[in-house]
Amino acid sequence: MQQKDVLPMKPEPAEKRAAATAAPLNITGSEAVIRSLIAEGVETIFGYPGGAIMPIYDALYDFQKEVHHILVRHEQGATHAAQGYARTSGKTGVVFATSGPGATNLVTGLADAYMDSTPMVCITGQVAAHLLGTDAFQETDVIGITMPITKWNIQVTRPEDIPGAIAKAFYIAGSGRPGPVLVDITRNAQVAKFDFEYKKCDYIRSYRPVPKLDPEAVAAAAELINNARRPYIFCGHGVLLSGAEKELIQLAEKAGIPVASTLLGLSAVPVDHPQYVGYLGMHGNYAPNIMTNECDVLIAVGMRFDDRITGDVSQYVKQAKVIHIEIDAAEINKIIKADVAVHADAKTALEALLKLVKPAKHDEWLQGFREADKQEEEKVSKKELYPAEGGLKMAEVVRLISERTEGKAVLVTDVGQHQMIASRYYRFKDPNTNITSGGMGTMGFALPAAMGAKVGTPEKEVVAVIGDGCFQMTLQELGTIYQSEIGVKIVILNNNFLGMVRQWQQLFFDKRYSSTEMTNPDFVQIAKGFFIPGKKVTDRADITAAVDEMMSHKGAYLLEVVVEKEDNVFPMVPSGQPIANIRLE
Amino acid sequence: MQKEYTVTVYTEDRIGITNRICVIFTRRGINITSLTTAETEIPGVYKFIITVISEKEKLVKIVGQIERLIEIHRAFVHEEDEVVYQELALYKISTKALQNGNIELLIRENNARILTITEDYFVLEKTGHQQELIDLQAKLAPYGLIEYSKSGRVAIIKWSRRFHDHLKELEQQRPDNLKQATYSEHTEVSAEEESI
Ligand SMILES: Cc1ncc(C[n+]2csc(CCOP(=O)(O)OP(=O)(O)O)c2C)c(N)n1
Repeated sequence: MQQKDVLPMKPEPAEKRAAATAAPLNITGSEAVIRSLIAEGVETIFGYPGGAIMPIYDALYDFQKEVHHILVRHEQGATHAAQGYARTSGKTGVVFATSGPGATNLVTGLADAYMDSTPMVCITGQVAAHLLGTDAFQETDVIGITMPITKWNIQVTRPEDIPGAIAKAFYIAGSGRPGPVLVDITRNAQVAKFDFEYKKCDYIRSYRPVPKLDPEAVAAAAELINNARRPYIFCGHGVLLSGAEKELIQLAEKAGIPVASTLLGLSAVPVDHPQYVGYLGMHGNYAPNIMTNECDVLIAVGMRFDDRITGDVSQYVKQAKVIHIEIDAAEINKIIKADVAVHADAKTALEALLKLVKPAKHDEWLQGFREADKQEEEKVSKKELYPAEGGLKMAEVVRLISERTEGKAVLVTDVGQHQMIASRYYRFKDPNTNITSGGMGTMGFALPAAMGAKVGTPEKEVVAVIGDGCFQMTLQELGTIYQSEIGVKIVILNNNFLGMVRQWQQLFFDKRYSSTEMTNPDFVQIAKGFFIPGKKVTDRADITAAVDEMMSHKGAYLLEVVVEKEDNVFPMVPSGQPIANIRLE
Repeated sequence: MQKEYTVTVYTEDRIGITNRICVIFTRRGINITSLTTAETEIPGVYKFIITVISEKEKLVKIVGQIERLIEIHRAFVHEEDEVVYQELALYKISTKALQNGNIELLIRENNARILTITEDYFVLEKTGHQQELIDLQAKLAPYGLIEYSKSGRVAIIKWSRRFHDHLKELEQQRPDNLKQATYSEHTEVSAEEESI
């Protein structure tokens, strides 16, 4: 059976959506859930039904024109799909799950979205209110379990509280530093009727998502930048979340500042931009890491100094004044003490800063990066990207995909060596085209996230680059891809190892490969079982044609590439060491 | 340096808020040594008074993480000299002890107060700083102390007026067209629900 490249259903026209919320209506809590979602502009829901959420699914049946439900194969898949959807579309991802096991299956995705600041609203069914706390069938304390991994959560036990809770949920998930929220709705609240009325939430007394910009802080930052000889910008996820890519690039161009990116900041600045100097962190580029300890002013924008970026903090940017632009007050001074803290949304802060910085050039400083780049090029990249002999390398596959898509595809990566290689070598052109699990590093993320990313941006190519280990964590989502006709390209980089762990075993555990070798199934055959065409490539001679074939295929396609078994990702900063100890080989 | 600090947190009245706050201390491996909470003079706003032994720098970061929670208004760390505080202890002592003349003196000297006397026991109340309360406990021990119970800290922050104004201001800023949903306790329903 051949897959069509069908896009998700077109949403209803605005008037019709508005009519759906004309109030008040005497309806059930379940219908109120759906109408509330429609009022929030939700077009797609990823979910999985079960007893405690059946009334909501029943209500959904009457709204198939307005909202499109994608039946995943595991609730974790729903959360990652919603994350992929949110990060490409800029909207809040929505998930449905039932009580008990359905809800507990959301935990990994919630934690992942929480770490990576992804807006998501999960709605879970719950046993009836009178059964709460009695260990009823499929009752789990979802609120308690998800408390530390949600930006906010709430249990609703009366239908009349549903619209308010959902309105608050969307406001909280999408504002300030975005994040996942969970609304747990008891079964009695789903079935009882009440007079429905919906009002969007735009105010919560104890929550101020948009900090007031302090002009003095901006002035102080501008002064530091204007007097700097070696200023340096770090671009984090916050830049993409606030849509500040343009302002960031303008600042870099105007004041002649080199820009490096964190893992989640990738794609905010095109890789070929003259001010762009590379990717930071443990497996990032050599120049941006090593030069960190040489700048005199560091402008960190929407990033949080994760330990994979800093290495040993006690030896990190000691010489520089640090300007930290950050929307979340709790991140300021948490890891690195800021000399100037600009507590603001990145876009607002950069707009203000742009007016105050003076035009400057720091060519010699920028040149330093280029020289260090050459060392990386010589020692690492050349051999990785254009190997002449030996087995296939992950990097050359990524290079071919990058060339074939002109860096314009949405690249979804899983976790491990392939993730680091893809992040290093894919030449991102457009914002929000890098979707990966950064803070949590959740294996199994990519396949469902790619599904969601494709639904979120159907006009773009979506390519998932996945390790053989990762793929086997959520491969059941091939079923969803088939059923919902989602045209994602899946590339498995198969080294028959849990490669990243094996690399560490090789380097730091005396090559004792404890439980990292994988005997793998026939991936192409598995895809076939889900009616998804595919191909397996083992020779360099075949890879270009195979990438071409995949990319020109309409609809989903799986390409398995057998790569070298014991390749390592370099450069690398051994964990816990200062970044200056970055190793090229 | 490890020291005792008072952390105050102003919150909305919401189920689970104690849990949310405590988890943040737990994650950093900090033991809460006492916790007192009650509604403030502003209806619906609660104040948590928490004492912990830790380092100021660490606590400043924790307070930031607490403030990040949606239903939290503000959170602060205070040094000892920034708060006026008291704790309260109740002591249950065998009534026989009253036959000993010295105990009367002890009660008077310590500004303690007898709350109730029965045939078997009487109950003393004393407010003060933790050490005074513990000291009195030690002094009462020889007279047949039956039970001792101490509260957490109750504190007034010396500069707190401004904060309360701030809260009231926020209340006024609230767009009046936006009614805040009130989340009630579970409503009783009949037991006819089936499960799957
Ligand atoms: C759910 C989960 N379990 C374990 C890990 C630890 N881990 C990180 S990378 C990795 C290996 C990934 O192997 P594979 O998917 O084959 O990718 P490769 O590194 O070979 O590219 C493991 C086990 C993790 N990140 N997530």
